Amino acid sequence: MVSKKLQRVDFIFDCAGCEPIEVVKKALKMTREEVVSSIIESGLKGRGGAGFPTGMKWKFAKDEVADTKYVICNADEGEPGTFKDREILDVVPNKVLSGMAICAYAIGSKEGIIYLRGEYNFLLKKLNAQIDEFNNSLSKIGLDFAVSIRSGSGAYICGEETALFESMEGRRGEPRNKPPFPTKSGYNGKPTVINNVETLVYTAMIINMGVDEFKAVGTMDSRGSKVFSVSGDTPKAGIHELELGLNVADFVEEFGDGDTKAVQVGGASGHCVPRKLFKETIIGFEGIPTGGSMMIFNSTRSMFNVLNDYLEFFAEESCGQCTPCRIGTQQLIKGIEHVKKGQMPSEYLDQLIKLTETMKIASKCGLGQSVANSFSSIVTNFREEMIY
Amino acid sequence: MADTEKLVEQLVSKHGKTRNSLLPVLQGVVQEEHFLSDTAMIAIAKALNLSSADVYGTASFYTFLETEPRGENIIRVCKTITCKMKGKQRVIEAIENHLKIKEGETSRNKKFTLLAANCLGWCHKGPVMLVNDDVYPHVDPDQIVNILDKYC
Ligand code: SF4
Ligand code: FES
Repeated sequence: MVSKKLQRVDFIFDCAGCEPIEVVKKALKMTREEVVSSIIESGLKGRGGAGFPTGMKWKFAKDEVADTKYVICNADEGEPGTFKDREILDVVPNKVLSGMAICAYAIGSKEGIIYLRGEYNFLLKKLNAQIDEFNNSLSKIGLDFAVSIRSGSGAYICGEETALFESMEGRRGEPRNKPPFPTKSGYNGKPTVINNVETLVYTAMIINMGVDEFKAVGTMDSRGSKVFSVSGDTPKAGIHELELGLNVADFVEEFGDGDTKAVQVGGASGHCVPRKLFKETIIGFEGIPTGGSMMIFNSTRSMFNVLNDYLEFFAEESCGQCTPCRIGTQQLIKGIEHVKKGQMPSEYLDQLIKLTETMKIASKCGLGQSVANSFSSIVTNFREEMIY
Repeated sequence: MADTEKLVEQLVSKHGKTRNSLLPVLQGVVQEEHFLSDTAMIAIAKALNLSSADVYGTASFYTFLETEPRGENIIRVCKTITCKMKGKQRVIEAIENHLKIKEGETSRNKKFTLLAANCLGWCHKGPVMLVNDDVYPHVDPDQIVNILDKYC
């Protein structure tokens, strides 16, 4: 696979020529069908990590007949290493709001809600002021839609869309069975579009700049650009918007500290890429997709500790609803510890990988399903660091 | 009527008498009283027409909805991986030494509770801590005394 050369893009943070309310006005001049088909045509996929085509989500919700529909902005980012949504909400909140308004127009919704993770409460005051102003501007241009904000209470799992609805409905944030999908039955059982913060900004950008300009960036499978949050052993820790489709080698050349041994693409639930695979690993839907987190580790880091940290995170954040996830995460922690202390032979690691495969099949949501990603990529590539 | 019940009444009338307002009401009580007492949870259950087991079951699910007495100010230090790499341990130790408490405990004057937290969303600026809603990125252990003094 060919790596795209590292190219910095500035769709999100560059504010030239995109007064958000003007972008909404632009959308209102189009028919609802045209708005939806533009987003479909752009090839935009959700930027939260799962990568569902955004336009299709909007289309399903638009086609539902209901008295009430909701547009929800998922601002419950909690994946270790991910901090892009906080930055976006802080720097360009109006673009997020205009994405919500455009979606509302397209699907026929009157009510939008931002679900902000509790850790970001410091943003509330500023956001509320911005929301008031934006709601006012919307009523001036005749769009019957208003946004409000809800804040979370420190549960990572509430970033899962159906757990988020449960939480807004006053329950424990436990993921629901799917189907029904949110576009049919979401918040309060009504058709709901739930998009991540970054995704919403891109929808507004697509309407503003046009489908072709957006499509010109990225690759066939991964259209457009992406905001990356870079952390760990790097002199360039922070937020960087880059074209999709570059390989990890080029990424490391730009962001590493010269001694990079591994990159965790996609946070604790993502994959760990060792040096020998840097060149062949594409960052994007054709390779390893990511919600944005890029954690860089240099040769001084113990990958056993890295894995142990991820597992502890999952064990603490599991909602506990399904046994494979609740018990499995605990057993994995004990299992790698036994091997590390020489109380179990190294072949036991293969049994543990099998356990993660079972968790993948038998868990209800992405948390239990994705433990296998980091587990098997770290255990396979750094096996010598896992044993006594 | 006791203060707690009055507070619950106010919060329910602000957020609405439906189950959907359960979390904002719980959050409101924690903000005022620093934790959810049994009295508060029973009052909320009554006001929203839920069982108190149901209210407790929801409250106990969420990290920020404290069901045990806490200090006036809650300090949360990120213990997740990049903050760990950047020295969260020294931050925790500095706080422990200054307040003479261990992680998970509340200072004797009830001013502070120290907790470890999962990723707070400032991984590029670790180590990071929150005091209530205030963020302290790149926190320097030598600055801990100064920072905490602001809350005394
Ligand atoms: S996989 Fe884990 S987090 Fe997801 S629903 Fe099951 S127990 Fe809860
Ligand atoms: S790892 Fe500490 S804020 Fe993310």
